[in-house]
Order: sequence, then structure tokens, then C-alpha cells
Amino acid sequence: MKTIWTLTKLRMLLAMRNRAFIFFSLVMPLAFLFLYGGIFARGEPRAVSYVMAAVLALTVMGSFWGLSIQLVLFREQGILRRFRLAPIGPGAMLASSLLSNYVLTVPTVILELLLARWIWKVPSFGNLWGVFVLITLGALAFASLGLIVASVTNTNQETQVINNAIWFPLLFLSGATIPFPLLPAWVQSVGVFLPATHLVTGLQQVMLRSAPVWQVGPEILALAGGTMFCFFVSRSLFRWEPEEKVTRRAKLWAAAAVIPFLLLGSWENAHGKMRQDARSSFLQTIQRPPELR
Amino acid sequence: MGTIIEVENLKKSYGPIEAVRGVGFEVREGQVFGLLGPNGAGKTTTVEILEGLRCPDGGCVRVCGLDPQRGGHRFKQEIGAVLQATALPEKLRVAEAVNLFADFYPRRRELSQLLRRFGLEDKRTAFYSQLSGGQRQRLALALALVNEPRVVFLDEPTAGLDPQVRREIYDIIEELKRENKTILLTTHYIEEAERLCDQVAIIDYGRVIALGTPTELKQRSQDTTRIRVHLARPEPDTALRDLEAVTECRTTDGAYLLQSRRPPQTIVALVKYLEARNNELLSLEIIAPSLEDVFIELTGRRLRD
Repeated sequence: MKTIWTLTKLRMLLAMRNRAFIFFSLVMPLAFLFLYGGIFARGEPRAVSYVMAAVLALTVMGSFWGLSIQLVLFREQGILRRFRLAPIGPGAMLASSLLSNYVLTVPTVILELLLARWIWKVPSFGNLWGVFVLITLGALAFASLGLIVASVTNTNQETQVINNAIWFPLLFLSGATIPFPLLPAWVQSVGVFLPATHLVTGLQQVMLRSAPVWQVGPEILALAGGTMFCFFVSRSLFRWEPEEKVTRRAKLWAAAAVIPFLLLGSWENAHGKMRQDARSSFLQTIQRPPELR
Repeated sequence: MGTIIEVENLKKSYGPIEAVRGVGFEVREGQVFGLLGPNGAGKTTTVEILEGLRCPDGGCVRVCGLDPQRGGHRFKQEIGAVLQATALPEKLRVAEAVNLFADFYPRRRELSQLLRRFGLEDKRTAFYSQLSGGQRQRLALALALVNEPRVVFLDEPTAGLDPQVRREIYDIIEELKRENKTILLTTHYIEEAERLCDQVAIIDYGRVIALGTPTELKQRSQDTTRIRVHLARPEPDTALRDLEAVTECRTTDGAYLLQSRRPPQTIVALVKYLEARNNELLSLEIIAPSLEDVFIELTGRRLRD
């Protein structure tokens, strides 16, 4: 436990000294906030509270970029093998990644909520406890997705390619950019397989309709299950040495990380009400379109 | 003092390449033990197996009575190491790095004492990225000792450093030796092995080809004492080769290089021969055998080829 905390402090310290980190986890999310709140929602409080779900989701989703790249760089540079000499296990190394990322994400989320309230006078963010639960699980889920990526890539470049391949579907098919109900029906039925969709829809539920936590059960289950699965897979695939290459078995295991989302997505398509939820949140917002001034 | 490192018939291959093929040796507590050999001889692989970083394919390894692969955290608390091909995060300060690693262990040394000892006091707030090669290596040594280990592994601790920095590192290692730490050192520098090691294993192509104290190894070497002489007038090589105990004679840069099995007898014979021929000895130099000669004799190659 003490080891995890020591490593967490180290990762936080290094993150604060890294300009790229500050850009991606503070400047970019705030840019999203002003783009979505000020331009897409035209600063209209009700519309702002609708897009806030997407803004928070994007903030949290960014986790997997930084984490995967940092871990791969640490391995490439031989930093991990130095740590390996000390009494540190892969579990502590990975847990400290998740923890430091989480501790550094929360302030950005709080800042975004406060700014939305002050600038655009958003009256309420609904069920704040629900927001907290979903943000926590979302940060852990996307960070552990980053750990999976790091466990199957060898170089920084490879990691960038894989991250892009994951990032774009998450961005455009989940409702984090284009509102989910505006996507064609078949794209929506693909979208429900994505963890990002669970996060965005869940956040809309708790923020717009003050849904109690138990009502976003499937979303919570998806994020929590995804986190645990990804964490254990990446722990068993963990590599300390730069020259240790990825085995075929490892790639299969990493690919298996999609299983929880496949199961939940199939269930959603058959019985779930995620698409309806997304639709009613959207309708509720556009029923009273902002005045033309 | 007891045996603290045992290696028996150790084997390790990387695909078709057999890096280590049956290495065996023992190190007693408090000894400085050197693995001497050219690059690619299997030194690093051997050491990394002992550190628990690599899994052997065959053979038996014990460090402090523990199997490095199964010893877990208890094993890691007993050892300290300077690795090759490693780094620390660039934006980590020297004092932070020492404190960080100290935090992983229950038994630890005091920060300022470590920094003073390794001459890093005025660098304590410098980032890792700002350190020179020698400073990085001193920091690596400080980190290797942060947990008061019983065994310290130093893998090519002076490779790539300039001579002055290398001597600084030697001083540090000699100090550790006085503290009775057990040190396992790999090197391809002869002078390092001769100066620092109590025991040396010469290793080539994944095997130990000679084992002993530096003096023993040199004595074992035959024909390697060389006598270099300048003469007033030239003499035929063949005549000099016939002198007592001489095995070989060559001319280089106007000097004669005689290899002798028994130098005193050779010198007496040489002087008598020259007197008889009315020739004169201008200078005489005895070149004692070095570990390099031993290595060439055993392998037919120079160490740094």
C-alpha cells in the first residue's frame, strides 16, 4: 500500500512538471468547455447543462492517451527496469498509474463545473453524487484502457497509432461530439458497444434528470467491469523490459478486453433503454430552443 | 565467511543464440568478484539472472540463500544494483530520486550522508536530465546502496566514462570493499579487474574459462613475461631466440621483444651473450604479464576486439 502511494506521488509530481500533461489535461478540457458551452450551447443554461455531460466525458476519456504513452516511454527508456530492482510489483505500478491519473483529473472536472456555473449560470448539475460516481468510474475505466494499450505496444509511435484508432470512434460515435440521437439508427446500435457512450449517457441521466445512481446501473456496471477486466489483463501482461516483445497470447488477451462491452452492448441493443434515455435527454433540451437575439 | 552467491551450470539462450552455456562460480561474503570478458560474452545475462531480472533456462542460482526468481520482495531487499541500459525520469531531481527509492525499503540510509558520499550534494536539486554521465553513474551507485544491501551488482559501472570519472568510481568501490560489502562486478577493462577484484572469472562465449585471484591467473599464464631490450648494434633474432628460457623473439621499433619463461636466467644469458659478441645493452625493461595476456593466451583474441 505504501509503495502504491509512493509511486502515485511520483507520477503526480512528474505530471505536474510535464508541459504536455498540463496541456492535455487542463488546457484542452477547458477549450472543450468553451467550445461546447459558449458556442454549441450558445451559453444558454439548459443547453449548457446538456453539453456538460459531453465536456466532462471528454475530460475523463483523455486519461488513456497520457497514461499509455507515459508507461510505454518509461519502458522504452529503461526506467521500468530500474524500478523492477526495487520491491515493487506490476500491480503497484499500474494501480499508481490509475490513482495518480484520477487525483489529477478530479480538479479539472470540478473547475469545469464551477466555470459553467459562474459563466453561464447553469442552475443545477442534477445528482452530484451520481456525477461523482460516474466520473470516478469513467476515469478509472479509460485509464485502464490506456494500460491495456501500453501492454500490447512496444514503441511510442505504435501507441499513438493505436490510440488514434481507439480515440476517433469514441469521440464521434458515443454522443461526446454529435448528440447521440442525431446519429443514424445503425450507428447508434454500434455506439452502445462503446464505453464512452455509457459514460456520456449516464452523465446526461444524472445531470439533466437527477437520476438516482441505481437508475444508471448498466452504465456503472459497464465502466466498473471494464476497469477491473482491463486492470487484471494489463497486470498479467505487464512487461518491464524494453526488449521483451508482445506475444500473440498477450494480444488475444488484450483484445478480450472488449468482451464486457460486447456483452453489455448486445444486452443494450436487445433490452436496454440507453438509446431512449439519450433521446429524451436531447428532446428535453431542444423543446425550448434558445431565443434568437 | 560463508558463500553468498552460488551459480551452478547456468544456461540461457535467446532464440538460437546461447548467451550463457554452463557458467558456474561462487562468491564469498565480503568479496569483490569480477566477471571479465569481451562484449557479448554473457556477463550481463549472468548478472541479470542473479538480480532476478531474467529467468534462467537451466542451472541453479542462489543469492543470500534465495532463488532470485522466487525470492520476491525479501530477495530485492538484500540486493542493490547498477544496471546497464537504464534511466530515471528526466524531470526527477537527485534528492527526490534518492528519497523515492529509499521509500520502497524498510531498511534505509540517510539522504544527506549518501549524497555527500557520492559527491552529489551540490546537485541535490538538479534534474536527472541535467546530470553528466559521471554524475548519473554516481547517482545510480547511491540508489544501489540506498537499502543497505548485502550484495551489490555493478554491471559495467565505468563503461563509457572518461578516465578521471572512472577513477572516482574506483575509489567509491574500494570504499565499499572496506565496508565488507559483497560486490559482483562485470567489466571488460583489465585494469578495473586487476585493481578492484579479489577473485576474477574470465568469461568468453558464455563459459568461464579461468577463475582465480588476479595474481593466480597471471602466474598461471606461461611465456608471457616480456623483456624489451635496446642494443648498441643489431643481433640476429634467431641468436636471441636460442638464449635460455626464451620462447619467442621479435623486433619492434628498433627494440627486441623477448618472451621468457624464466626472466632472471634469460637476462643473465643475454648479458653473457652480448659480452662475448662485444655488443652493449642500452636499456632493458621487464613487462610483467597482465590479465590481458592471460586472456589472449586463453582465447587467442584481444579483449576489446
